[in-house]
Amino acid sequence: MRFGWSEDQLAFRDAARDLLSKECGPDVVRTAWEGAPDPKPWSSLEAMGVLSVLVPEADGGLGLDETFLVPVLEEAGRAALPQPITDTAMVAASLGVTGSVVVTDLGGPIVGSADTADGFLLAVDGGVALFDADQVEREPVTTVDRSRHAARIRATGPGRTVTDDASEVAAARDRGALGTAAELVGLADQMLAITVDYVGERQQFGKPIGSFQAVKHHLANARVAIEFAGPAVARAAWSIAEGADTASRDASMAKYLANEAAAESAKVALQCHGAIGYTVECDLHLYLKRSWALRRLWGDSDHHVDRVAGVLFE
Amino acid sequence: MDLNWTAEQDANRAEARQWLELNLAEWRSEIGEQLSGDTADGVAQQMLWEQRLFDGGWSVVSWPTEYGGRGGSLWEWLIFEAEYWRAGAPQRVTQNGIQILSPSVFEFGTPEQKDHLLPRMASAEDLWCQGWSEPNSGSDLASVSSRARRVDGGWILDGQKTWTTRGAFCTHLFGLFRTDPESSRHRGLTYLLVPLDTPGVTVRGFGRLDGDEGFAEVFFDEAFLADDAVVGGVVLGEVDQAWSVVVAAAGTERGLLRPPGRYLATSAELIRLIASVDGDRSLRRRAAIAWMKAEAFDLQTLRVITSLLDGGDLGSESSLSKIWWSELDIELHAIAMDALGAAAEIDDEWSKGWQFALSGPIYAGTNEIQRNIVAERVLGLPR
Ligand SMILES: Cc1cc2nc3c(=O)[nH]c(=O)nc-3n(C[C@H](O)[C@H](O)[C@H](O)COP(=O)(O)OP(=O)(O)OC[C@H]3O[C@@H](n4cnc5c(N)ncnc54)[C@H](O)[C@@H]3O)c2cc1C
Repeated sequence: MRFGWSEDQLAFRDAARDLLSKECGPDVVRTAWEGAPDPKPWSSLEAMGVLSVLVPEADGGLGLDETFLVPVLEEAGRAALPQPITDTAMVAASLGVTGSVVVTDLGGPIVGSADTADGFLLAVDGGVALFDADQVEREPVTTVDRSRHAARIRATGPGRTVTDDASEVAAARDRGALGTAAELVGLADQMLAITVDYVGERQQFGKPIGSFQAVKHHLANARVAIEFAGPAVARAAWSIAEGADTASRDASMAKYLANEAAAESAKVALQCHGAIGYTVECDLHLYLKRSWALRRLWGDSDHHVDRVAGVLFE
Repeated sequence: MDLNWTAEQDANRAEARQWLELNLAEWRSEIGEQLSGDTADGVAQQMLWEQRLFDGGWSVVSWPTEYGGRGGSLWEWLIFEAEYWRAGAPQRVTQNGIQILSPSVFEFGTPEQKDHLLPRMASAEDLWCQGWSEPNSGSDLASVSSRARRVDGGWILDGQKTWTTRGAFCTHLFGLFRTDPESSRHRGLTYLLVPLDTPGVTVRGFGRLDGDEGFAEVFFDEAFLADDAVVGGVVLGEVDQAWSVVVAAAGTERGLLRPPGRYLATSAELIRLIASVDGDRSLRRRAAIAWMKAEAFDLQTLRVITSLLDGGDLGSESSLSKIWWSELDIELHAIAMDALGAAAEIDDEWSKGWQFALSGPIYAGTNEIQRNIVAERVLGLPR
């Protein structure tokens, strides 16, 4: 028994955190709101091997498992990396599909980075097929989080069948839930960190607002939610990597607790900022809006609670 | 990351499970109807149980064998606790000594104190209660005003403690007394070990919310506490330096005091209850959420133990756990009350558990105080 990331996993995560803090600050996320996202952080992550953690070494990947990828996805969440990294690095890679930006509709009908993706992994009758950019029709949608560049996708060509095995599709969905849960934990932590900084500086009544107990308790609640969501995500990564019988249940538990932690953190972050948080000028909104989107992708809280209840009361 | 137990740990678990099953059955047939551990007759029953635990070598799994322990690791402790609660074994009457006092004895006690106090605590020969709170000092513990005045050969104690859990059934009290009359707040307090049969000490038990005599108030009326009233001495740590002991003890009371097995066991019972009353989707969903929170507490504990074994320490993070388990306990029991419907008002295990759960956010430092600690010490917000 050992519940903690290994030295290697931590080093890999820290390298990603470092890279993202340099190359994917809020200004870079804002760029993606205005137009095409800056490709740099994505290509740096690609060069680091993040996108091919789950790809076998024989196929040019790192040949590692979810316990390496999940800590990095938390960092991607923290940075609100515009591209859908869970789609590419977690879901597509595990199905043996590689490509620079591969997106999928397995997690929901509104697909991110639809304008720049070069691969589309779409649910087809009983399975999943891969389509090139010229084999799909995009119906762009304007999302609250503009950096998502999302669209509804319809296949126009035959595509290539990736799997028609229902259990593989289900496993891909579990991975999507896990990857998104990791991003949400990172986002929750980021929103809390931004707010802790803010309430330490902002003064009212002659003192920092962070010294007021009501503010403290709001932020403590977010910290508590994150404290207990993190281990659930880590456990699900391990269960999926090991092919444990409980993998699906554990993925649902991770997504549920991460959803709730992100919801709590988003709520108190906005409240403790006051009006400045209620603007698009303050960076907070970049992370808020991403968290709202991710909470509903790959199954919302209701969906995952039902899945867990189904196992417990079977 | 490796969430598999070793073959040896699996064997520990099997051994504990088997022992508990057999001994609980024997103990139950010995005592007849099991009474509440917060009544005199119930404590007498539980002393028989404590004796069995000690004789079987399971009283204090993680203590060194020289003090009556099993010499097990924190993992073995965790495994035993999970089995303990799973088996439906009773809450320990030795709990406050073993969980709140003993870590301080290990850290601050002299060799003589350790040799004397620990084995007697493990075997329930001495039953310890916690004398921290006073009528005017609850959350603001540093304001305690019970005094100990130095005299030849000992101390004269004056003042009052209250909310003392099971005080009416215990033999000894560990408490905070102001020894420097000039001092204020957390300076000038001394951690004293007091036999409750000391002349001038009066204990009055009284009812908690469920009516059982689980609380006591303890009066000190010019009571003379001789230096040798406890073998090894009555002062734990240094005179006037109790606060460092309190801070260390409070961490364990909040954090590892509560083994997650307890909530896993309650959530398993809740799931059985809901299945047995054919509970609807809404109840099942609420139970699934509470079960996830119990699991999350278990996982977080695994994480904390891993980092303790790596040389980390249990810091203010224990406040995060305390908030979580106390609110979880209420949630679990509230769902059970709703599942029981009209039967919820019957005075039974569930309603007793519900009433006890309600005290979780109050004792061991209220959850408001814990949230202050999280904000100030974990998040670093200004005071
Ligand atoms: C079941 C049970 C068992 C107990 N067993 C023991 C025992 O064995 N030994 C022992 O010594 N004590 C024991 N206690 C006492 C316990 O430690 C105290 O109840 C606790 O410290 C709170 O003190 P208080 O009850 O005086 O409440 P108060 O301190 O008066 O608090 C009342 C309310 O005010 C809030 N409050 C107070 N100060 C602040 C603040 N700074 N910020 C925000 N809110 C604040 C509290 O959170 C609470 O909601 C027990 C209590 C219970 C319920």
